[in-house]
Amino acid sequence: MAMRAGALLLALVLAGCAGWQSALDPHSSTASHLAGLFWFFTIVCSLVWFAVVLALVIVLRRPHPTDDVPEQDSPGRHRRKTIIVTSLVLLTAVILIAFGLTSFYTTRDITWANSRTLTLKITAQQWWWQVEYQNEDASQILTTANEIHIPVSRPVTLDLRAADVIHSFWVPNLMGKQDMIPGRNTLLTLEANKPGLYRGQCAEFCGLGHAKMAFLVFAEPQEKFEAWRRHQLEAAKMPGAPLRRRGLDIFEHRQCSSCHTVNGSLAGGQTGPDLTHFGARATIAAGLLHNTPENLSRWLADPQEVKPGANMPEVPMSPEDRAALVAYLEGLT
Amino acid sequence: MTDLRDTDLAPAELEQRLEQLWGTPKTLWGWLTTVDHKEIGRRYVVTALIFLVLGGLSALLMRLQLGSPDNKLVGPDVYNQLFTMHGSTMMFLFAVPVMETIAVFLVPLMLGTRAVAFPRLNAFSYWVYLFGGVMLWVSFFLNSGPDVGWFAYVPLSGPQYGIGKRPDIWAQMITYTELSGLAVAVTMIVTVFKMRAPGMTLDRIPLFVWATLVTDFMIVFAMPAVMVASTSLILDRLVGTHFYNWAEGGDVLLWQHLFWFFGHPEVYFIFIPATGIVSAIIPAFTRRKIFGYPAMVLALFGIGFLAFGLWVHHMFVTGLPRLGESFFTASSMAVAIPSGIQIFCWIATLWDGKLKFRTPLLFVFGFIFNFVLGGLTGVMVASVPIDTQVHDTYFVVAHFHYVLIGGAVFPLLGGIYYWFPKFYGRLLDERLGHWNFWLSMIGFNLAFFPMHILGLMGMPRRVFTYPAEMGWGPLNLLSTIGAFLFAASFLLLTINIVRSLRQGAPAGANPWGAGTLEWATASPPPSYNFAYIPIVTDRQPLWATPEPPVATGLSVERRETVITTLVEAEPQMVESVMPNSIWPLVSALVISLVLLASIFTAWAIVWGAVPSAIALILWFWPKGAKEEEA
Repeated sequence: MAMRAGALLLALVLAGCAGWQSALDPHSSTASHLAGLFWFFTIVCSLVWFAVVLALVIVLRRPHPTDDVPEQDSPGRHRRKTIIVTSLVLLTAVILIAFGLTSFYTTRDITWANSRTLTLKITAQQWWWQVEYQNEDASQILTTANEIHIPVSRPVTLDLRAADVIHSFWVPNLMGKQDMIPGRNTLLTLEANKPGLYRGQCAEFCGLGHAKMAFLVFAEPQEKFEAWRRHQLEAAKMPGAPLRRRGLDIFEHRQCSSCHTVNGSLAGGQTGPDLTHFGARATIAAGLLHNTPENLSRWLADPQEVKPGANMPEVPMSPEDRAALVAYLEGLT
Repeated sequence: MTDLRDTDLAPAELEQRLEQLWGTPKTLWGWLTTVDHKEIGRRYVVTALIFLVLGGLSALLMRLQLGSPDNKLVGPDVYNQLFTMHGSTMMFLFAVPVMETIAVFLVPLMLGTRAVAFPRLNAFSYWVYLFGGVMLWVSFFLNSGPDVGWFAYVPLSGPQYGIGKRPDIWAQMITYTELSGLAVAVTMIVTVFKMRAPGMTLDRIPLFVWATLVTDFMIVFAMPAVMVASTSLILDRLVGTHFYNWAEGGDVLLWQHLFWFFGHPEVYFIFIPATGIVSAIIPAFTRRKIFGYPAMVLALFGIGFLAFGLWVHHMFVTGLPRLGESFFTASSMAVAIPSGIQIFCWIATLWDGKLKFRTPLLFVFGFIFNFVLGGLTGVMVASVPIDTQVHDTYFVVAHFHYVLIGGAVFPLLGGIYYWFPKFYGRLLDERLGHWNFWLSMIGFNLAFFPMHILGLMGMPRRVFTYPAEMGWGPLNLLSTIGAFLFAASFLLLTINIVRSLRQGAPAGANPWGAGTLEWATASPPPSYNFAYIPIVTDRQPLWATPEPPVATGLSVERRETVITTLVEAEPQMVESVMPNSIWPLVSALVISLVLLASIFTAWAIVWGAVPSAIALILWFWPKGAKEEEA
């Protein structure tokens, strides 16, 4: 599964799909509205700019008397100029009013009544994203990190929070950004109208790891999403292979378990990402590395080299132990 | 017994006496004690340009780092310090001071007076500014440079997340620069109100002086907000108050409101004086007065007023109520109207002008070209929905560099070419000037235009690196190349300045045939500015009468100048001007040390109050100076 997700990522990149974090490649009605408004403003503003530059060019090309004697406009010319300047100012006002109104109506069009069909509580922290799928039935609540799965064409409510400093949630292809402010929560509605993989990134400066705080949004058909959700609710299976058993032992008895949870094991730490289905994720360390055994080993060996400032400590262990740990984690599908 | 007066002496003897009276001795003591506004103004501008170089070098390092994906030139710790130093230096140590204080040199000359209203306060402000800037940069070189952005948002800058003394140093730098900024603002407001030459009624005040006046009023109203903000941040960090601690009833967004209530007008502290520079250059090189003078003055006031109603557009994505945000969309867009008035009036002036293509005018053309682009992207980001996509991305970085560099640095460069002869008595080289202009146009646009596209492609601000697979590499490389070309244009300017200081063509009093009063006196002006106070009869006095009529009767035994009425500029009284003094420097030193110590202990304020009070008492010790009614 990890390999498959990795391959999907790679395919996207190789396909030259640089638009997976682009505001101009909308994949939701919200983002389409925003892109439409953007192009309307851009076209009108470009026309205005070209008109000003044209005026400058005309000024430059007009014949210029070469003497130095200060001069004044004749009353008639002054009056004509006054009329022209006044009309231009009025035209400016008209354009601005048009901008203000379209902007206002766009805001209205993209503001959703909260449907509360599916609510995701997303808590940003230095420097990763905790995602909790809310449910009235406590046994149906699931927690994951850095990767958000949503059903296509179904509005999803996001309950955005921050645990430490200000962060900002932004998936350009799907929606504009929203700051996540400690002590406050904001509800937003997200809806993707096509299946796809979209990248988001923290957009408010949040310290050392700010540049490396990304996440992925998987928009999937309803059945696929439901299957994913049911699978995520399951606890991790006890490993069978001796190497993975050794990995589990390390995970439970070294520092790992004090920060991370793996349901179905003794590990119940709360400060780091939940790793119950880590092996099924496409990336490591908040969208930073593809989830491959080599990358995971690199991340475990020296977190600071991969993501300077990261709160994950370097846990000293032999290469053999690390290989066992990697095998255990990658098997948590 | 009566004083010896200017009417009693022949011109040559008068000038000699005045020089003795007003001159700054060419000794170290003279240098430390002078209160001559031209000396202080020159120092301010030169110091601000040195900070420009430092801020520019930090930008070049950032551009090198971003020139290729996954670059390892600097890590996030250094990078975060670099962008914080770049922003803080450019805003607090370069742009605002240079714009505010180029006026310290020029305004008294334009007004036809001999000094600023509070010469010692003015001198004091320079030293405080210098010490604050030096403190910031010394901290940076000691690896204690602030790393929380020039906006220092809490909680990142707060006691829990801001490491070491870094945020405190940033916050205290604010105290220094705001203190000096307020001192200059008050000085200049009173100067403009009360020290205009007789006859300079409100409708004859040069637009540059109007721009200074509006800016300084804005400073007086806006700066206290950021001083409250930074002081309460220090209190949170040093003595454990909870202004910004949401868990204890404080508020995180309060910081942003206070900061931007200052921060947005601050952009206009930089832009409004720049429009004044443009309005000063255009008449000289078109041989006509600015079209629509009353509209231009009202536009300045309009911008100054609206600037206080825009701050929330920096907070559109913090989750404030949408209806309230719509109001700020409207006010942010409305500021385009007075700006538009200015652009249209300038073009209307240029339209029939007898254009003289000297370097200052080229920079005015560059200004209109770049600034209008930045202004229009400003209208775009004023729209809440568009802002949710481009906020905190490189699109915004592009936007405000177009406004600040295009809208303020280009006019400033034009202003440097225009007034350099007045500052130093020699003309800058025109050929180098043309090269300088074209290189800066190309470099600037190459550096900043691609950033619009990068922002739309999803590149956020303040990231020290980005993965190759994002596809942002090529445009970033282009931008880096542009940044180096732009930097090279400043190297050309430096060469031009250094060469011209020694071998530039002597300027004479009025090399451009300009019409305002600063060109009525020698270049550089004598210490007393004018041997006789001129009488103003026109908006461009030197075009109306090349040798303006003068007022006489001032003493030559003490420093005197004329005070006039606020509206009609009728002579009101003769004012004694304070002579040189060491106390501004001593007070600035004492207060700077107290501020520095208070980064480490709050008790510094308590104990430091004693030496500060002593220095101030000695500064203001009454000497029984003579003043008399005119």
